[in-house]
Amino acid sequence: MSESIRFTLDGQELEARPDETIWQVAQRQGTTIPHLCYTPQPGYRPDGNCRACMVEVEGERVLAASCIRKPAAGMKVVTNNARAQNARRLVMELLVTDQPKRALAHDPNSHLWQWADRMQVSDSRFPTRLAVTPDSSHPAMSVQLDACIHCNLCVRACREVQVNDVIGMAYRGHGAKIVFDFDDPMGNSTCVACGECVQACPTGALMEATLVDEKGVGKTEPLREVPSVCPYCGVGCQISYQIKGNEIAAVQGRDGPANQNRLCVKGRFGFDYVKHPHRLQKPLIRRDDAPRGADVQVDPSDPSTHFREASWEEALDFAAAGLKRIRDRDGHQALAGFGSAKCSNEEAYLFQKLVRTGFGTNNVDHCTRLCHASSVAALLEGIGSGAVTAPFTACADAEVIIVIGANPTENHPVAATFFKQAAKLGKTLIVMDPRGQALERHANYMLQFKPGTDVALLNAMLNVIISEKLYNEDYIKTHAEGFENLKTHIAAFTPEAMTPVCGIDADTIRTVARLYAKASASIIFWGMGISQSVHGTDNARCLIALALSTGQVGRPGTGLHPLRGQNNVQGASDAGLIPMMYPDYQTVDLLDTRKRFEDFWGTPLDPKKGLTVVEIMGAIHADQIKGMYIMGENPAMSDPDAGHARAALAKLEHLVVQDIFLTETAFHADVVLPASAWPEKDGTVTNTNRQVQMGRRALELPGDARQDWWISQEIARRIGLDWNYKGPSDVFAEMAQVMPSFNNITWERIDRESACTYPCDAPDQPGHDIVFGDRFPTKDGRGKIVPASIIPPAEQPDKDFPMVLSTGRQLEHWHTGAITRRASVLDEIEPEAVVSLSVQDIHRLGISPGDPVRVSTRRGAIELKVRVDGAIPEGYVFIPFCYAEAAANLLTNPALDPIGKIPEFKFCAARVEKIAAAAAPARKRAAASTRTNSRRAARSR
Amino acid sequence: MSKHVLKVGKFKHPGSGRRRAAHHPKGRQVEPRALAEVRALLGERPRRSDLLIEHLHLIQDKYACLAAAHLTALAQEMRLALAEVYEVATFYAHFDVVREGDTPPPKITVRVCDSLSCEMLGAAKLLKDLPAKVGKHARVVRAPCMGRCDTAPVAEVGHCHVDHATVESVHQAVRGKQVHPEIPPYADYDAYIAAGGYSVLRACRGGQRRIEDVIATMEHSGLRGLGGAGFPTGRKWRIVRGYAGPRMMAVNADEGEPGTFKDRYYLEREPHRFLEGMLIAAWAVDVQAIYIYLRDEYPAIREILLKEISRIKAAGLAGETEIHLRRGAGAYICGEESAMIESIEGKRGLPRHRPPYVAEVGLFGRPTLEQNVETLYWIPQILTQGPEWFAGQGRHGGKGLRSYSVSGRVKNPGVKLAPAGITARELIEEFCDGMQDGHTFKAYLPGGASGGILPASMADLALEFGMLEKHGCFVGSHAVVILSDQDNTKTAALNLMRFFEDESCGQCTPCRVGTEKAVKLMARPKWDEPLLAELSQAMTDASICGLGQAASNPLRCVLKHFREDWS
Repeated sequence: MSESIRFTLDGQELEARPDETIWQVAQRQGTTIPHLCYTPQPGYRPDGNCRACMVEVEGERVLAASCIRKPAAGMKVVTNNARAQNARRLVMELLVTDQPKRALAHDPNSHLWQWADRMQVSDSRFPTRLAVTPDSSHPAMSVQLDACIHCNLCVRACREVQVNDVIGMAYRGHGAKIVFDFDDPMGNSTCVACGECVQACPTGALMEATLVDEKGVGKTEPLREVPSVCPYCGVGCQISYQIKGNEIAAVQGRDGPANQNRLCVKGRFGFDYVKHPHRLQKPLIRRDDAPRGADVQVDPSDPSTHFREASWEEALDFAAAGLKRIRDRDGHQALAGFGSAKCSNEEAYLFQKLVRTGFGTNNVDHCTRLCHASSVAALLEGIGSGAVTAPFTACADAEVIIVIGANPTENHPVAATFFKQAAKLGKTLIVMDPRGQALERHANYMLQFKPGTDVALLNAMLNVIISEKLYNEDYIKTHAEGFENLKTHIAAFTPEAMTPVCGIDADTIRTVARLYAKASASIIFWGMGISQSVHGTDNARCLIALALSTGQVGRPGTGLHPLRGQNNVQGASDAGLIPMMYPDYQTVDLLDTRKRFEDFWGTPLDPKKGLTVVEIMGAIHADQIKGMYIMGENPAMSDPDAGHARAALAKLEHLVVQDIFLTETAFHADVVLPASAWPEKDGTVTNTNRQVQMGRRALELPGDARQDWWISQEIARRIGLDWNYKGPSDVFAEMAQVMPSFNNITWERIDRESACTYPCDAPDQPGHDIVFGDRFPTKDGRGKIVPASIIPPAEQPDKDFPMVLSTGRQLEHWHTGAITRRASVLDEIEPEAVVSLSVQDIHRLGISPGDPVRVSTRRGAIELKVRVDGAIPEGYVFIPFCYAEAAANLLTNPALDPIGKIPEFKFCAARVEKIAAAAAPARKRAAASTRTNSRRAARSR
Repeated sequence: MSKHVLKVGKFKHPGSGRRRAAHHPKGRQVEPRALAEVRALLGERPRRSDLLIEHLHLIQDKYACLAAAHLTALAQEMRLALAEVYEVATFYAHFDVVREGDTPPPKITVRVCDSLSCEMLGAAKLLKDLPAKVGKHARVVRAPCMGRCDTAPVAEVGHCHVDHATVESVHQAVRGKQVHPEIPPYADYDAYIAAGGYSVLRACRGGQRRIEDVIATMEHSGLRGLGGAGFPTGRKWRIVRGYAGPRMMAVNADEGEPGTFKDRYYLEREPHRFLEGMLIAAWAVDVQAIYIYLRDEYPAIREILLKEISRIKAAGLAGETEIHLRRGAGAYICGEESAMIESIEGKRGLPRHRPPYVAEVGLFGRPTLEQNVETLYWIPQILTQGPEWFAGQGRHGGKGLRSYSVSGRVKNPGVKLAPAGITARELIEEFCDGMQDGHTFKAYLPGGASGGILPASMADLALEFGMLEKHGCFVGSHAVVILSDQDNTKTAALNLMRFFEDESCGQCTPCRVGTEKAVKLMARPKWDEPLLAELSQAMTDASICGLGQAASNPLRCVLKHFREDWS
């Protein structure tokens, strides 16, 4: 290698790569030089501050830090002479001086103590410094800076790896101190509790609170490690459970392709829900005397008011009998099933197979309908594939990054770290969203456009690209169709014409369009701000048009990436948990395809597309659907116009709910089957990057709870299916036979490699991260540009409901909150329902932050606490939908996108009112929260 | 279809209900009033992050402190993280961060220099007696060297220095609210031009002088970096020119080495000689922008430079070259070349690891020519009088002229322009009129706080670069402090170690912890010689920058030469 550097290390002549440090070369040669402030983990640059790794370089006046110093040609380095060793040992002694006594160490097995042992430094001859007060303000982390050695790893963790920018090294000299924001208690700071600092800290100064006792002394029990993958969002971070007995004591990030050791607050601290007293441990059957109705609620800590315990035999027989009765009496279409994106690929596959072959209907869906259905519809139409064309880590190779309708620091926190890092490296980051967000500080452009005007803004960008001839003619010629149509269509959408619509000035639109089009590589990420709209499919079509007309897809650093919401929403959709497609998006209404699956599954199949999530609720009200099996889904909280959905659930003749908690949906169940939490089961999941990853069982099931696949199989058997799966690996093997996306990917391979990206060409080759460089998986290999026109949101603000309500998620809470509100750390950080308003609206309403207010729409009203938020524009209301006590979806509009059938969660007309603290709330607003079902039904069709 | 009315706010939730939700997003929130005040102060100034320290000065100057609300607003305005602002604001001694619940400092701050020369001449008494005297009107704090050691002891009331300070004179200044710097008489633009100033620069720009010739002249003159490192100036220019542009220039006017005041001396008298030298260097190395980093202890010079730089800009003498005057904020470490660059970039002054050297990767990541004030000051004269004029001076093997800052127990302290290589004894006798009456020469610091301490018996060594190293000392910035039989070298060494403890940036263990432990050990009545020696060695061997590497020089010298003072 011409670039390699020849130098001498401890008398031995060696070659170093130009990017290698002395420490790394020594390590590779089998010499581990002591190191404290340096970690070989990905993402951490050497800082050379602790001076524990000093070596001598011949001819230099002073020693050199081997972690940061690179060899030069001819350099002679000695790692182990007396001078170097003395310096290193004295450094260690200086650091040990001020440590808490070993017996009281916060982490007796810390990296620091391990090295002190190896260097035989146990005591110090130096006087100690003043004691430091511990900071126990944070529910998840213990801060005891008496153990801090100022190595800066936590600063790098917070600022360079996660780019949360909370931790700093303030003050100076021996007074220097790790601080959170302005030396605030960690729990009062802007800390988002990703815990990266805890993972990086080599001394125990920053620790998981669960790993120290009340005096701050480390617990020393050995922990068992089980590698797995995080059950929360679509990022798919690999994790390692640290197990003590049958409990998760802590969670560490692993070096997975999507997270490189990083985690967020949920993935690191959100696991004690598995031990929550509300866990269902016995099958339950609804008592005959239990009331039914939309408003019914059950105390999850005491279901006995509405349910009685039953044996598995009885409960399964009862569950299956009810479904069978309806099927045999009212026909296949009288049943429906909701699976869940929180379950594994194998569970999703089994569930849709059960509905299709056992119920005999395609009425099977899951919450993908509520998140990216429109994106998938547009992608399938435009490029023949509903998955991302590039992983989010491709932003590192991009020149321009657009994030639109997404708030990744809250919803995809680890993906956001890659965006922030890219921005720090000088990539142009363009954020487009009606609401402000944390990414804004890192963005070169923040386009805070008017809610619901996505198409106007994006069409104006397309207009600039076309009128200024910034499109890629060669690319279009070979890769795209429909461009001529677009050209004609887009002429009217000049920036000047669109400015009054979207609120972004024409110059900015032009600048951004030029940046996107002209960059050597541009990539677009989007979230539910794009998809959850009656024009969600059109929004996504515009993004696809941008990529196809400029050729910003199929190459490194380019692409289209809808940030998938749930941990397995990609996998569940791939597995066929959607009413119009079999596994791998093979449409149910194509005869050939249906025949193939009928042969494969050995049974006739429903030739018609099934109903979607919101449509199924309508069909219940319309007396078409009478029985349902719901696995891990919570439509009573997640469906738009949840009052309507709850009434539907209550109306069902027979409802089987399989879950780990008595959810708001389970309140209406006839039978509840206690299932397995993620850390209790084996299974694969597919993240937003198309990476199929292995989740592993780390804990025993509580009580009489059972594996989900087992429960589904038992029901299947009882409704006449001859199923004999031995476990998830059997199911995976079957899936692979009908899912070409799993070619060359086996259960054993995923178990071995922990992750494998599809598509994949060979069993010994990595999968393709970037796809469609040569052709799209369409008939002619070309992408299809579909022009979009402006469709206004279904419900505009008016005199009675003058504000715009949008719903979404919060960093700490997951989906409907069933899990995360029972995770103690997450519950402590965000314990109750809040509505975020702008400071202007708060003034206008004559209220103060923290006051209770009533938020009403044409569908309902809720009461909750006000939060002032500078990110919220005037006239805008934001409510997270995870709070049962003030369920945002009681307010949302069930109007659907005509193609994706996704509801408009991001826009409806609302009113916010002050309420007197003491006033009894219910009666006055009853009129406003009531409306006729017929009108609602009409809208949802 | 069943009709239903949902009752508002009656639904139970699965949370524990133990805590209440915050009324705002996480962490500190921007107060609209504070934001308006910060915006008003910043006006049209750019919000670039390298201007953070400048912007902090604006707030500190206006409100006599940095209130947390203002800092929060500033962070938002500059799109910085709170921690980024806080760590910079708390790094520098001249910023007073006031958090909620803290009492803001009084409007007037009295800083009393307690560095060695001032301590020898009564700083301790000032620090003891002043607080009671000035009462609530001002607070009295200790401060490191203010670069006026020839008029020790020195105090600074607001930005007004009191030379030969007494409790009474300081009190008077406080009472009279004399807080503005006194501008000394100096040769301004007109005077400099009248004396033929800027003719060399014009000759360079006009093509009468070639870059190659100018650099060669520098090389032949033997001019070296007079900030303390002594790197040959001509060679430095050639090296920086060798790297692809755009190149930067950083001028080190952060003279902070205790005992040193020569840069102040020249800047307060003939600022344009320095400015002309600076522009010639900038022309020779073809830099895009010049950043002058001036220590905050020199407020009078700041006013002079602001005025005079605008004159030369108006006269077109700066040409295409940007000139920025940046203000330090009380941190000795920022005199270290790479720490200074960090500070110009708006960050804490943490020295960088080398390689890469600043000549290659310096300010804003660009190749950077960094020069000390005095080095630049000599350039016009060397170009006018020829390299031989400068090179021809010197004694005992030294080459050139040096400005020795002499303070301590001599009769006539001050900046002494003397031949390079002169000895301490010659300096005292020939330039300082001998020792003060009643004092016998006992010891001297050849190069400020970091250059070590030598006994009078070794006062015949040449005070020149490279000549003292074999004795564990160096001449550095040529700050010579003379101690007498009435001074104790153990006390002096402790004073110096305390200075390094205070001024250590805190980045690396040997310096951060080493200086702190050394102070504790040295404050003990009896010194543990082996332990102190071991600690000194590790600090020297393993510290990142010159501060930590040299911090134990005085200690080691005292251990070696003055056993009677500590055993």
